Amino acid sequence: MHVIIENGRIIDPANQVDCVGTLYLADGKIASVINPPDGFQADMRLNASGQIVCPGFIDLSTRLREPGQSRKATFKSEVIAAASSGVTTLCLQPDTSPVIDTPAVAELIKELANKAGYRQILPIAALTRKLEGNELSSMLALKQAGCVAVSNAGAPVTNLLILRRAMEYAASHDLLFIFRPNDYWLGNKGCAHEGAVATRYGLPGIPDAAETIALAHCLELAELTGCRVHFGQLSCKRSVIKIQQAQKYGLAVSADVAIHQLHLTENDMIPFDSAYHVLPPLRTEADKQFLRQGLASGTINCICSDHQPHDVDAKLGAFPETEPGVSSLETLLPLTLKLVEQHAIDLQQAIAALSQHPADILRLNKGALTPGLPADICVFDPEREWQVNTSTWKSQGCNTPYWQQTLKGRVTHTLQAGKLIYRLHEPA
Amino acid sequence: MSTNLQLNAQGKLKHFLSIEGLDKTLLTEILDTAESFIGMNDQQIKKVPLLRGKTIVNLFFENSTRTRTTFELAAKRLSADVLSMSIATSSTSKGESLLDTIRNLEAMYVDMFVVRHGISGAAHFIAQQTAPHISVINAGDGQHAHPTQAMLDMFTIRQVKHDFAPLRVAIIGDILHSRVARSQIQALNTLGVAEIRVIAPKTLLPAHVEKLGVSVCHDLQTGLQDIDVIIMLRLQKERMTSALLPSESEYFRCFGLTEQKLKIAKPDAMVMHPGPINRGVEIDSKVADGAQSVILKQVSNGIAVRMAIMAIAMQKQGMVA
Repeated sequence: MHVIIENGRIIDPANQVDCVGTLYLADGKIASVINPPDGFQADMRLNASGQIVCPGFIDLSTRLREPGQSRKATFKSEVIAAASSGVTTLCLQPDTSPVIDTPAVAELIKELANKAGYRQILPIAALTRKLEGNELSSMLALKQAGCVAVSNAGAPVTNLLILRRAMEYAASHDLLFIFRPNDYWLGNKGCAHEGAVATRYGLPGIPDAAETIALAHCLELAELTGCRVHFGQLSCKRSVIKIQQAQKYGLAVSADVAIHQLHLTENDMIPFDSAYHVLPPLRTEADKQFLRQGLASGTINCICSDHQPHDVDAKLGAFPETEPGVSSLETLLPLTLKLVEQHAIDLQQAIAALSQHPADILRLNKGALTPGLPADICVFDPEREWQVNTSTWKSQGCNTPYWQQTLKGRVTHTLQAGKLIYRLHEPA
Repeated sequence: MSTNLQLNAQGKLKHFLSIEGLDKTLLTEILDTAESFIGMNDQQIKKVPLLRGKTIVNLFFENSTRTRTTFELAAKRLSADVLSMSIATSSTSKGESLLDTIRNLEAMYVDMFVVRHGISGAAHFIAQQTAPHISVINAGDGQHAHPTQAMLDMFTIRQVKHDFAPLRVAIIGDILHSRVARSQIQALNTLGVAEIRVIAPKTLLPAHVEKLGVSVCHDLQTGLQDIDVIIMLRLQKERMTSALLPSESEYFRCFGLTEQKLKIAKPDAMVMHPGPINRGVEIDSKVADGAQSVILKQVSNGIAVRMAIMAIAMQKQGMVA
């Protein structure tokens, strides 16, 4: 199969390409950028004029709810949401049911992915057995079964000796450790940022120190163990400062931020509206600005969706009793483009944060338009507006604070290994 | 949304969930209406037909004696039919959700829910989910709000002090866990007092408490200076086991109100407490039963103020003649 994507603005941050031209794909791989390969005969031509052509997005943190919670979402429903959002590779957090702590579960995920017709769902292995924080998981076997990293998802490892040993063991097998810092005790089962808003509404608070203290512990252990650490879903100012210092000092650490943290703060919360119930919680304006600066300076180099679809019942109740998380695959690109429009980052940085950098962190041979790499491509119209509603939304989880809002930036085509897995069916 | 939720399209009170978002005029209307009911307490027949034919359900997901009883009496004195349910021991223990409980009661043609629940935001949630003709009164939700308690406290303050403007008010104790304190602070700020001072150790103060519009003091002796109104808060025993305080005796030594400490405040300072009181923990018996205490007056006023709030909330869409 030979594909031509014509006349689009090709942006490939890894190769410093930003020009209008044509992209040539052959047999599932990138064949050439701009210059046609000798004797290239296209089987399919896509017109991308007025649109941006870039590497498909790689999402470092998602929950597709299978296995175990198919009432919330299924691979079938969520891969359509991913494809329609230009996401061609999904990393799956290990807090499924059963937990991804045996090769059998990793195999099951591969099988479910194949059945859903989306071959790029990469399981993240549990760091500890059942995520209980007590015993090490069989990391090597899990790696061999296709897991790209280890993580304890949202579950705590309260014993630092166990955390140290887990990191040492992960380092022995050159496994990336993905860590969402949150001190269990300081978090105190809170549901909102410990600050003026939580105080006003009497909501149990989570101080930013719950994140920064856990992060500081882990940075020390990263140095002690030599483990490669990627910090997921940072939410506050002092986390950014700590990562910056560690990187300056020479530690091999990286970080991402969930897209909603770059746009929403505690002040945006509609009182007691469970759509705003997320973990880590929405914090202050100063935190948001620091996260944006961290992204601009490269301290934080990835943006993830932190996609967590829920069923209606999970979000129906008094705020503290509802389940945290937003369904966010489909808002990932428009909200990232909004950062560009607001001059927080430029378009190349935005695309790199969604493709090149996650690929680098996972050491995946993708995230760029280099000839020979898999043809994972996203084509989007940056100016096209659309409303978040039942007719446009694909995810089974409608839990988003952006419901009924109009967003700008719409994916028109998504290709995975050269195969068209999504095409926007709307009049132009 | 939180604030608009309480008012109907004409700007009239529909639900009473929180003091936040209600203006001085409305709070004053509640106080004035309560004033008109207060005389009824001394009459032979303590009833008015304002809510005749209306059905009010008291839904108490948390235990309470005074609040539930005064709500019940208030509803009866307005001639409504009242049903009091302690849900803590009924349906929800069989696994029925909050929403299903509400839906079932709604199906019985209820006009008003009076709700107490242990989780912040529960009353808002119920108000959002109920049919449009039903009013919801928040009788305390988690650590968020207890607006009827705050209004009866405002009523008692006005009864004794007449004018809010010159008053310096001290709220002493467990502000962190107190829905009463949050609602009192909002009411006092809306009605316009000179100062609100919260006095407590840091472990019992929520983050950025000053942003609620209060000054903060960690010492009772200095904090009581120039104070006109002293509001003591109840200290729950579990605060000791969760490492917020070392012991009841140390708490009493630092923050307990004794006759001696009371002398630091203005000579005509009034002493209030939302109850139930812990004698010898936050307040000495001599003060609780002393001449400056209005604690029992607060309880009596609770009936008239709750009558006023229920009557005003039912006035929406001309439901009450």
